[in-house]
Amino acid sequence: MAKLTVDGTEVEVPNGASVLQACEAAGVEIPRFCYHERLSVAGNCRMCLVEVEKAPKPVASCAYPVADGMVVKTDTAVVRQARRGVMEFLLINHPLDCPICDQGGECDLQDQAYSYGMDHSRFAENKRAVKDKYLGPLVKTFMTRCIHCTRCIRFSSEVAGVAEMGATSRGENMEVGTYIEKALTTELSGNLIDICPVGALLNKPYSFTARPWELRKTDSVDVHDALGSNIRVDARGSEVLRILPRTNEDVNEEWLGDKSRFSHDGLKRRRLDKPWVRQDGKLRPASWPEAFGAIAAKLKDLPGERIGAVAGDLCDAESMVALKDLMASLGSQDLDCRQDGAALDGGRRDFYTFNTTVAGIEDADAILLVGSNPRREAPVLNARIRKRLNHGGYPVAYVGQPADLTYAARHLGDGVAAIEDAAEMLRGAKRPMVIVGQGALRRPDGAAILAAAWALAASVGALTPEWHGFNVLHTAAARVGALDLGFLPGLGGKALPAMLGGGVDLLWLLGADEFDIAAIGANTFVVYQGHHGDRGAARADVILPGAAYTEKGGTYVNTEGRVQRGYVAVQPPGEAREDWAILRAFSAVLGKPLPYDSIQEVRDRLAAVNPVFKTLQELPHRGCTDQAGPSGDPAGVDREPLLPAVVNYYQTNAINRASATMAECTRTYVTPMLQAAE
Amino acid sequence: MLADQDRIFTNLYGQHDWTLEGARARGDWDGTAAIIARGRDAIIEEMKASGLRGRGGAGFPTGMKWSFMPKQAPPDGRPSYLVINADESEPGTCKDRDILRHDPHKLIEGCLIASFAMGASACYIYVRGEYYNEARNLQAAVDQAYEANLVGKNAAGSGYDFELYVHRGAGAYICGEETALLESLEGKKGMPRLKPPFPAAVGLYGCPTTVNNVETIAVVPAILRRGGAWFSALGRPKNAGTKIFCISGHVNKPCNVEEELGIPLRELIDRYAGGVRGGWDNLLAVIPGGSSVPLIPKDICDTVLMDFDSLRDVKSGLGTAGVIVMDKSTDVIRAIDRLAQFYKHESCGQCTPCREGTGWMMRVMHRMVQGRAEIEEIDTLEKVTKQVEGHTICALGDAAAWPIQGLIRHFRPVMEERIAQYKAARAPRPMPMAAE
Repeated sequence: MAKLTVDGTEVEVPNGASVLQACEAAGVEIPRFCYHERLSVAGNCRMCLVEVEKAPKPVASCAYPVADGMVVKTDTAVVRQARRGVMEFLLINHPLDCPICDQGGECDLQDQAYSYGMDHSRFAENKRAVKDKYLGPLVKTFMTRCIHCTRCIRFSSEVAGVAEMGATSRGENMEVGTYIEKALTTELSGNLIDICPVGALLNKPYSFTARPWELRKTDSVDVHDALGSNIRVDARGSEVLRILPRTNEDVNEEWLGDKSRFSHDGLKRRRLDKPWVRQDGKLRPASWPEAFGAIAAKLKDLPGERIGAVAGDLCDAESMVALKDLMASLGSQDLDCRQDGAALDGGRRDFYTFNTTVAGIEDADAILLVGSNPRREAPVLNARIRKRLNHGGYPVAYVGQPADLTYAARHLGDGVAAIEDAAEMLRGAKRPMVIVGQGALRRPDGAAILAAAWALAASVGALTPEWHGFNVLHTAAARVGALDLGFLPGLGGKALPAMLGGGVDLLWLLGADEFDIAAIGANTFVVYQGHHGDRGAARADVILPGAAYTEKGGTYVNTEGRVQRGYVAVQPPGEAREDWAILRAFSAVLGKPLPYDSIQEVRDRLAAVNPVFKTLQELPHRGCTDQAGPSGDPAGVDREPLLPAVVNYYQTNAINRASATMAECTRTYVTPMLQAAE
Repeated sequence: MLADQDRIFTNLYGQHDWTLEGARARGDWDGTAAIIARGRDAIIEEMKASGLRGRGGAGFPTGMKWSFMPKQAPPDGRPSYLVINADESEPGTCKDRDILRHDPHKLIEGCLIASFAMGASACYIYVRGEYYNEARNLQAAVDQAYEANLVGKNAAGSGYDFELYVHRGAGAYICGEETALLESLEGKKGMPRLKPPFPAAVGLYGCPTTVNNVETIAVVPAILRRGGAWFSALGRPKNAGTKIFCISGHVNKPCNVEEELGIPLRELIDRYAGGVRGGWDNLLAVIPGGSSVPLIPKDICDTVLMDFDSLRDVKSGLGTAGVIVMDKSTDVIRAIDRLAQFYKHESCGQCTPCREGTGWMMRVMHRMVQGRAEIEEIDTLEKVTKQVEGHTICALGDAAAWPIQGLIRHFRPVMEERIAQYKAARAPRPMPMAAE
C-alpha cells in the first residue's frame, strides 16, 4: 500500500495504482476522456493532468503510478489552466452541434466542457471535417465529432478481440476507422456506442429518436441469452426505445451483446395483442372469456395424462410456476422445458448450472469447451474468457466445429471422444474448467456426453470442495429457472417428444416456439400463450396474448443459477396481460383458482417450491463435495461430430426474429450477399 | 579553438577511407578488448567522469543514463538492449549523417563498448529512412566488422557476445523520439509511449533499453582511450567535450565542424562558416540548436557561448547544435511559419494538445505572415503555445511551441508592424462625398 496526499486528504491505495485511482479514492473527481477502467491506459487525451509535487510539469494522472509520500494537487491554477487548455483544444475541431447530436445530454465532452471549459472560443480558423465511416448496421458514425481518445480501438482489440479498428494518418489528419470499410465482425459492437465519450459512435437504429431526458429508465434483465446480463430499458410512452447495459461485475461487467441491445424493435412487431380462437380452421379475434371458454370446453372430461405443457426459452419463473400449478390441478404430469431436447439432468443443481460462475472464470487457469461456442451463445461471457486469457497462463481447448472464438484456442477435434486429449492440459492446471454447451446435450447421446464431461472434470481434479470446474452453458434464459422449479415430466409423465404426434390431446405452449411445431399431432388442441405471433401461435387453436420481458416484473435464473429480477418498463400492448395473471384468471374459470392473487404471493410460492428463489443476485460459494455424476453412461458417447447450438447469433427467439435490426444483421453477417468479382 | 590532436571525428569530411582499413588507420578498434576488460563499472565511472552529455538534444548525462540499466539480468530472463537513434530529422541538423557515411566504425565500436557497459547483448541502429546511402555505408561497415570478428560472438576478442542490427525507418520525424522509435522498431505505428515506465525499465519488446544518439556513442571509444579527464578538460564546466556543429543558412560557407562546447557563436560562424552573408552586422537572428529551439536575435548572438547552459540562460537551447543563421533579408515570421507547418505535418496525432494545437498555431502563423490578424491575436497565439508546452506525452509539443515563443519574444514589433501594414493597405477608402 502507498500513502499519499491528494488535495490535503491522506489516502492509502495499493502499490501500482494510478494517481487517478488515488484521487478517486480521496473523493476528488478527475475529468477524463481516454481513460476507461476496463481498457488499457492510453494517456492521450491529457484531460486528467494534475500536479505532483517535485514533478517538473503536470502529469497525466491516469498513467502515473503512485508512490509513497506523493503529494498530489488537483485544484491549482496550473491544473485548472491545463484542463481549460486541453478542453479548448478538444473543442476547436469539434463541430459543437450538440442540439442535433444524439449524444447530447449524456455526453462526456458536453458535461466536462460545462465544468472545465472556457466560456468562449478563441478559434477563428476553419474546422476540420472528417468523412463518416461504415461500421455495420448497428453503429452509426459521425467522425467529425471524434476526439481521438482511442477507446473504441482499445475496446475492439482488447475486449471484443477483433483487431479491426485503428487510426490511420497522423497529426490533425488522424482518423479512426477500419481502414477498409467493413462491418465490425463482433457481437459486442454496441458497446462501442457506450464507451465513445462523444457523439462519434452512435446507436444506428436509435438515431434521432429521443433525448435521454425524455426516457423512463427501468432496471431489467436480458433474456436473449442465458447469461442474464443486467440491462436498463429506456422507454418513452409505451415504446421501448433502447436498451443499455447495467453494471454488474459478477455477470456482464458493463458490456452487452448486440442481440440483447438491438432486438427491442422486435417488441413492436408481430405482437399478439388480443386473444384469438380458431374457428372453422381459421383464427379469429376473440374476447378473453371466449378464449378461456374454448379451452375450458376442451379440457372438460380430459384426463390429466392427455394434457401437456411446454415452457419456452423466454419465460419468467412466475409464469412457469403458475403453469406448473395449473397443470398439477388438472392432474397432468406432462411438463417439459427442454424444447431442444437437451439431456439435462435436473437431479442436482450443479449438474445443470455454470458452477465456476462467470466471475470465477478469472480465477481459472485452463478451460475446455465441449460442444459450445460461447462467442455465439453468450458473447459477454466469451469476453470474460478473453479477459482472463489476456492475463496469460490460460490454455483454451475445444471440441466441436472449428470456430473463431476471438482468442487462441486449441481445436481438439469435432467429436466428443477428443476430450480425452485435453485431460493432460486440465490436470496440469490448479483450477481447470470444463464447459458443456447445448450443442453437446441436444443429441441422442446427450446424457452420455454430460456424464463423460463430468467424469473428465472429476478425474482432472476440477471438482474439489474449494473449486467447482464443471459448467453447463445454456442458451435459453428460462432454462435454469424451469429446472429449478422442476418443470420436467413428473412420475410417469411425458417429455416433449412423447407429447408430440398425438401424445396429448391438449398442449399448452407457454411461449414455446423453438421445437418442430409441425410434429404436434393433427388432433392435438394447442393453446399458445405468449407475446409474438411466431411459429407456435400459427399452429394454435387458442391464443392467449402475454407480456414480453420488458412488460412484466419477472424473475429469471441465469446459467450460473443466479436469481435476478426485472421490472415493468412498459405495459403490454392491447389486451395482453402478464402471464402469471392469465393463468391465475384461467384457473378461476375452471373453478380451481390458483392460491395467489398478487405477484408477491406468486414469488412466495416460488420460494416455497425452491428456496433458491429467496435470495436475489447472491450465489453461494460452490465447491463440489459429491463427486457422483449425472445419470448417463459415459461409454454411450457416439462418434457423430458436434454441431453448434446457435448458428445465427442474431435470430434465436420470437423477439429477435421479429426485429428488423436483427434481420439486417443476419443479412450482413450470416448470409452476406455474394459479391461479383470486379 | 580545438587543437587538431583533440579532434575525435578525423574523417568528418570524408577525405579518407571510411572502411574498416581506413578506420583502423585512424585509430579505431585499437585495444577494444582491453577497454572491455576494464569491466562494466569502470567504463560507466569513466563515462561519468568525462561529463559527456547526450548529443541528441536534451543533454542528459550519458554515464548516468547507462547506470539506470539493470546491473544483473532481470529474474524473468529479459535481455537488455541498446538502441542507437540515427533518425536524424531535425531541420538544420546533419551531424549524424556525416558520422554514418564517413566514420561508421566509430559508431560500431561505440555500440560494442556501450552495450557491454550496460549489459546489452544486442544493439539496433535505427537509421532515418531518407539516409539511404548512409545506411548502405553503415551496413557495409557492420558487415566488415562481422567479417573481422569485431562484432558477433566473442566480439573483438573480448569474450563478449554481441549482435548488431541496422534498421531503416520510413521517414517520420516523430520516430526520432526515443519511445516512438522503439514502437517503430517493434513494427508498430511510431507514437511516443507514456513515461513512466522509462525505457531503462520497459523498453524495446518490454526489455530494459537505452536509447542513445549516434554522436554520443561515436565519441565513447575516444573517451575511453584517452580518459574521461581529457574529455572533461575540453569545453566548459558541466558542458564538457567537443561537439559537431552544423552551420547552415545565410553564411558564406555552410559546414559541419567539430569544436569545443562553449565556443562563442560569433567565433564559430566567422571562423568556420566564412561569416554571415554580408557581414556580421547583416545578421538578423540565429536558431542555435536545430529547428525546435527558440531563435536568438543578433544582440544575444554577439556574446552568447555555444553550450547547453549558456543557451538555456538566454531562453534558447543547444539542442542538436544545428545553427541556422538568418540575415536581414529573412522574413523571420515566414521562417517560423515554415517551422510551424513542419511540426503540424509531423505531429503523430496521439495526444490532444499537440494534435490540435500544432494545426491551430500553423494557421494563425499563416495569417501572421500576411499580417491578416489582429494585434491581440499575438497574445492569443502565445497563450496557445503555452497551452501546448508541457502538456503533451513527448517533446514534440514543446518543439512546436518554442520557435513561436521565441519569435514573439524577440520580434513582436515586426509582427505588429506587419499587421498594421496589412490593415493600412486594405483600409476602406474614404467615401467620396457629393459636393453640397
